[in-house]
Amino acid sequence: MNAPKPLRWALADVVETNVETPRVRSIALDVPGWPGHLAGQHVDVRLTAEDGYQAQRSYSIASPPEANGRVTITVERLDDGEVSPYLTDELHQGDKLELRGPVGGYFVWRGELGGPVLLVAGGSGVVPLMAILRHRAATGDATPMRLLYSSRSAEDVIYRAELDRLGASPGVEIVHTLTRSQPPGWTGYARRIDRGLIAEVAWPPADRPLAYVCGPTRLVEAVAEGLVELGHEPERIRTERFGPTGG
Amino acid sequence: METDDLRVDGNAVAGLLDEVFGRELSAARARCDGCGAVAELGAHPVYAAPQAMGAVLRCRSCDSVMLVAVHGPGRYWLGLTGSTWLEIPDGSPLH
Repeated sequence: MNAPKPLRWALADVVETNVETPRVRSIALDVPGWPGHLAGQHVDVRLTAEDGYQAQRSYSIASPPEANGRVTITVERLDDGEVSPYLTDELHQGDKLELRGPVGGYFVWRGELGGPVLLVAGGSGVVPLMAILRHRAATGDATPMRLLYSSRSAEDVIYRAELDRLGASPGVEIVHTLTRSQPPGWTGYARRIDRGLIAEVAWPPADRPLAYVCGPTRLVEAVAEGLVELGHEPERIRTERFGPTGG
Repeated sequence: METDDLRVDGNAVAGLLDEVFGRELSAARARCDGCGAVAELGAHPVYAAPQAMGAVLRCRSCDSVMLVAVHGPGRYWLGLTGSTWLEIPDGSPLH
C-alpha cells in the first residue's frame, strides 16, 4: 500500500472451481503479476461479449493474503444477472477471466488493527469476512473474532464445513441464524438479525469491538444503526453493502 | 426498480476512483459540505446502475450528494461541490 500503482486489467487463469451451495461457487484464479492483497479487498471482473459489449462487477476476495498469488472469489448466482450466471455456470478450469485489483482500502482488516473483531454477514456478504477469518488463521493471530452469519437455510450456508472447523479453534466463535427454514433439531437462532440479536451476540460497547458488516443494504443499515444505538462507536463500524447490482 | 436496487457503496466505485486518481481512495476521508460529517469514501452509500457510466456518492449522515463521477467516451467527469475536502492517505506508515 505504498507508492500508488495504476490498476491494470489482467488475464487470470481459472485453476479450480468449487461448489459451495446450489447457488454459490468459488473460483480460484492465478493472476499474473498479482501484487498481493489485504483481507477484505475485492477485484473488478470484466466480461466482454463477441460484439464488444462489456459488463463489469466487483467481487470480494475470499482467499487470505497468504494464498501465494492465488486469488479466490466466491460468486452467488443472481438469476437475472448479466455476469454471475456466467461465473457460476459456464466458467471452467482452464478458462481465462479478465480482472483487476486489488481494489478498496476501507473494508479491510490487518492484524495490527487488533480487536476484538465482530463480523456480521448476510448471505454472500460472508465472503470478505471469510478472507479476514482465513487471514487470522493463516498468520496464527490470536485476535478474538466472532461471526454472526444470517442465511436462509442450512443449505445456503457458504463455507459451512470450514466455518465449523474455524469455530472450533480458540478465540473464534461462529453464530448462525437461519431465517427461512431450519433443519430438524436446530437449536440456533432462527430470526433475522436485528438490534436484539446483535445485543445478544456482540461484545459490550465497553470492549470496543471493531465491527465489519457486509450483506444486503437493509441488513447492513439495520446492523450498523443497531450497533450505534447500543453504544458502539461509529468509527469502529465498517460496512459494505451490496444489492442486486452485484449481478 | 427501486432506488435501493441501485444502492451499493463507496467500495464498489473504488475501481472507478482508482482509474481517475491512480490510487486507492475508498479509505480517503471526505467532509460533507452539507452537514459537516467526516467519513471514509468507502463508508458512504453510492447509487449506480450496472450499465451506468458513473456513480453518485451521497453522505451517509444527511444524504447530500458529495461526489459525482462519470466515465464517458474518452474522458472522466468528476463533480465534488458537495465535499469540503478530501483527506488522502499518502501511503506512509500510519501515525
